[in-house]
Amino acid sequence: MLSKRIIPCLDVREGRLTKGIGFKNNQDIGDPVAAACQYYQGGADEIVFYDITASAEKRGILIDVVKRVAERIFIPLSVGGGIRSLEDMRTVIGAGAEKVSINTEAVLNPALVETGARAFGSQCLVLGMDVKRTGRTIETPSGYEVVIHGGRTCTGRDALAWAKEAADRGAGEICLNSIDADGTREGYDLELTWMISSRVSIPVIASGGAGRPEHLASVLTEGGADAALVASLFHYKSHTISGLKNFLHERGIPVRLL
Amino acid sequence: MIGVIDYGAGNITSVSRALSHLGRAHRVSGKPEELASSTHLIFPGVGAAGSAMATIRETGLADLIGDFVSSGRPTLGICLGCQIVLAASEEDDTPGLDLFPGIVKRFPGDMKTQARPLKIPHMGWNRVVFTRPSPLFAGIYPAGEFYFVHSYYPLPAEEDLVLGRTEYGISFCSVLGRGNLLAVQFHPEKSGPAGLKLLDNFCRWDGKDAL
Repeated sequence: MLSKRIIPCLDVREGRLTKGIGFKNNQDIGDPVAAACQYYQGGADEIVFYDITASAEKRGILIDVVKRVAERIFIPLSVGGGIRSLEDMRTVIGAGAEKVSINTEAVLNPALVETGARAFGSQCLVLGMDVKRTGRTIETPSGYEVVIHGGRTCTGRDALAWAKEAADRGAGEICLNSIDADGTREGYDLELTWMISSRVSIPVIASGGAGRPEHLASVLTEGGADAALVASLFHYKSHTISGLKNFLHERGIPVRLL
Repeated sequence: MIGVIDYGAGNITSVSRALSHLGRAHRVSGKPEELASSTHLIFPGVGAAGSAMATIRETGLADLIGDFVSSGRPTLGICLGCQIVLAASEEDDTPGLDLFPGIVKRFPGDMKTQARPLKIPHMGWNRVVFTRPSPLFAGIYPAGEFYFVHSYYPLPAEEDLVLGRTEYGISFCSVLGRGNLLAVQFHPEKSGPAGLKLLDNFCRWDGKDAL
């Protein structure tokens, strides 16, 4: 049976982690390469680097991080943030990433999903979606709207319709982030996750809201998520990946144990 | 020197990085003449079977693989490289290298687990149960978890070709082989410590005896 994936997300800005990580007695706090290696050793199933400040000029720093990480860890790496073209994708894949995540640019230029999937394969292409609860309206019958530019711009697009369209265009996975739940540490948006996960044919990674191990158990069962993205749960607290996986395993949720 | 075939099908640098990490000297090339003298041969690959097989035939790599296997040296197929050793694939209706009898099939579209439909591709970590002994499995036997990404699976025609099985809606063959030719459907180069161990076992193998 396929394991549910636990995916630490590292927010990187100009080559440094933007959230501190609670390693004890570790001099490398803030170094994304050291953090990625630590997560790999701890049993992470995949690692996501996300650089919200990435731009063509500044991407070099992130590329260097990806290269150094790819030499040291042997699980899939995913990179997102500011990916705007096939050339951007080629650069991060060339640096050692298995997957690229596109978000705002996919909404503005949906053909990029198709051309990216054709050039590198659907398995390379993750659609990042930031989604906000709106209540059901004529424009957003699912009750959720797609937002872009890191949550600053509303698009008026229905979240479910966009998820289906992106899957049809060749996206291989959806990383679904709830803007409402993000940062609350009160749990993932289960209704949103289930709505998308049960209606698209590609895997869904739940993101936003993890505060306790129970939240992961819920989103991976009731929420129907195939994977859970986890940031602050590992960064701030004493939770370890292996501790979390043991927790899930004891509840009958299939996870990869080291 | 370990030869790694690069036929332009997807990103194979991860295999090269894993071999470097293991301290194994290797050469990545798409030219048969640069690979023919290798001690071991690895053919990785993601992508579509049709275009991959066309490239392999046009470039003379099909003959190289055939000759290499005949010479008795250790040979390892990975992912798409695991599928093309069989006679044919449903993907693009492609004839394979026919080194082993069998075909490559697409996962059925209506698979379910606990009443929920299973997604295709089969992507992520899944358990491989080793059903027959192989030098590849030293230190991992009797089972391990590995990283998969695929929509098609190998179906060898002879049961004794099946070395490992994985469950995803159906039970499918995830490791196959005989003699000096072995092939894995998953990506050992992306499968953490267990995957590295398997690759290292291959690099230490002489193609004949158990390690």
